[in-house]
Amino acid sequence: MEERFEIRLSGSGGQGLILAGIILAEAAILDGKNAVQSQSYGPEARGGASRSEVIISNTDIDYPKVTKPKILLALTDEALHKFKDNIADEGVIIIDSSVKKVDTPFKIIQLPIIETARNKIGKSMVANMVAVGVITELTKAVSREGVEKAILNRVPKGTEELNIKAFNAGCNLAEQI
Amino acid sequence: MTMTTKPRLMQGNEACVEGAIVAGMRFYAGYPITPSTEIAELAAEKLPKVGGKFIQMEDEIASMGAVIGASLAGLKAMTATSGPGFSLKQENIGFACIAEVPCVIVNVQRGGPSTGLPTLPAQGDVMQARWGTHGDHPIIVLSPSYVREVFDLTIRAFNLSEKYRIPCILLMDEVVGHLREKVELPDPTTLKIINRKKPDLSKIGHYNPYQDYDGDGIPPMVNFGDGIPYHVTGLIHDITGFPSTKPEVTEHLISRLMRKIYNNIDDIVEYEKFFTDDAETVIVSFGSTARSAIRAVKILRKEGQKVGLIRLKTIWPFPRKAIQELPSTTRNIIVAEMNFGQLREVVEAASRGRFDIIGLNKYNGELISPDEVIAKVREVHKNA
Repeated sequence: MEERFEIRLSGSGGQGLILAGIILAEAAILDGKNAVQSQSYGPEARGGASRSEVIISNTDIDYPKVTKPKILLALTDEALHKFKDNIADEGVIIIDSSVKKVDTPFKIIQLPIIETARNKIGKSMVANMVAVGVITELTKAVSREGVEKAILNRVPKGTEELNIKAFNAGCNLAEQI
Repeated sequence: MTMTTKPRLMQGNEACVEGAIVAGMRFYAGYPITPSTEIAELAAEKLPKVGGKFIQMEDEIASMGAVIGASLAGLKAMTATSGPGFSLKQENIGFACIAEVPCVIVNVQRGGPSTGLPTLPAQGDVMQARWGTHGDHPIIVLSPSYVREVFDLTIRAFNLSEKYRIPCILLMDEVVGHLREKVELPDPTTLKIINRKKPDLSKIGHYNPYQDYDGDGIPPMVNFGDGIPYHVTGLIHDITGFPSTKPEVTEHLISRLMRKIYNNIDDIVEYEKFFTDDAETVIVSFGSTARSAIRAVKILRKEGQKVGLIRLKTIWPFPRKAIQELPSTTRNIIVAEMNFGQLREVVEAASRGRFDIIGLNKYNGELISPDEVIAKVREVHKNA
């Protein structure tokens, strides 16, 4: 693995992006790698721009913030506009199908992340875990086993099955690309 | 090798609570505020499990009062807050200074002044941590850069506050407080934990609570409730603890408060040096900003630029020695901090005209990036 693999998850407050970042970072650690997770959000509990950032590395991580992510997840138009130009060479942008595509030199992958959570799993709340599944399968930066363990460690009791189901649905979405 | 726990993902604020409990914290009083709230949440969850007490008070100054009371009664006590709450605690922090009550105050800095930027980082409380409360007083302020270091420095804050009977401030910033990173914690039984000095009552006929029995400036402490009642006041007091306005009593007390800290600078002050041995330019930084500086130094060194870093772990008392012992090759010091230049003036005073002091300041709610440090170093070297 290269020195730093950076992931930026962006959208609005309440979409569970911070938890998604925590799960990706924890999965990396369970895989034996190093990882940091940080976040930036406004004072609102819901709504407002929110982002969660993960850096995975095999060595020490000094600067803890993401600068040029290999993966940008954007779940809202606002998030995509804000972050679309700050991507690593050969970086990939993953957007929800509710987000309008924009002109960018980077590869855009559009997937029904929120719709899958709402219609296939039955709760739009777990769109974050669908997104984690997409990123896991697409990048292989973390193992599926690691993510599953991290989900069980971190999601509220009683919602484990729901979240794992959403994660698997996300993996399947990415497999079909 | 020291036994460590399995690596796990831990937040800075969480590491603070873990460290505090290992250090012996058994009382927490606070009023939650972003970005320190997780400290209160976790203290509320963990303290009852170790026989400790958590109380959410009506406001910040009351929290500080409760902490002082708990500490006088013999418990290691802590409170955590951010800028606006830190302002409110200052009056009682002064009380803890003059009454020599060991306690730990955590300030997870956010943008200010006033309610400022609740969710965004800053390092604008460097001077408030030093002089937020009025009057001549020493204070100890520690600043961690890593989640693991939050754990270590929280323990150190308790140890120093117990050893020297002084409030100790853990000055974090939002980045370090909210950052989650891979942490392996040491086996608690391998750590040095310091408890306040008690008097040997068999050798003392009559206990005076503020008498310097050992000549080290630190009066041994009897816990309230242990059978020896005594007087504690914010007024200037003599060795009996009762108020006095006599010049000689006043001078004796203030001098002793200063002496017990300034005679032990080498024990209190900690800093790290990276590549300073032949450095032409040295960056001075602390907290999360220091991590950007480390990355910048690594990149610039690969290019052959003679750049080094001093990372402060103790901010107050300011490690003057770190500046004064820089090699003869050093010409410039860049002070990188998320404020308008609070530490820069202190570095300037310590350098006594030996170096050019340049500020790298950011106060827009964003962490200084490695690129910004690199650009500043290049600018300085170009102008040299």
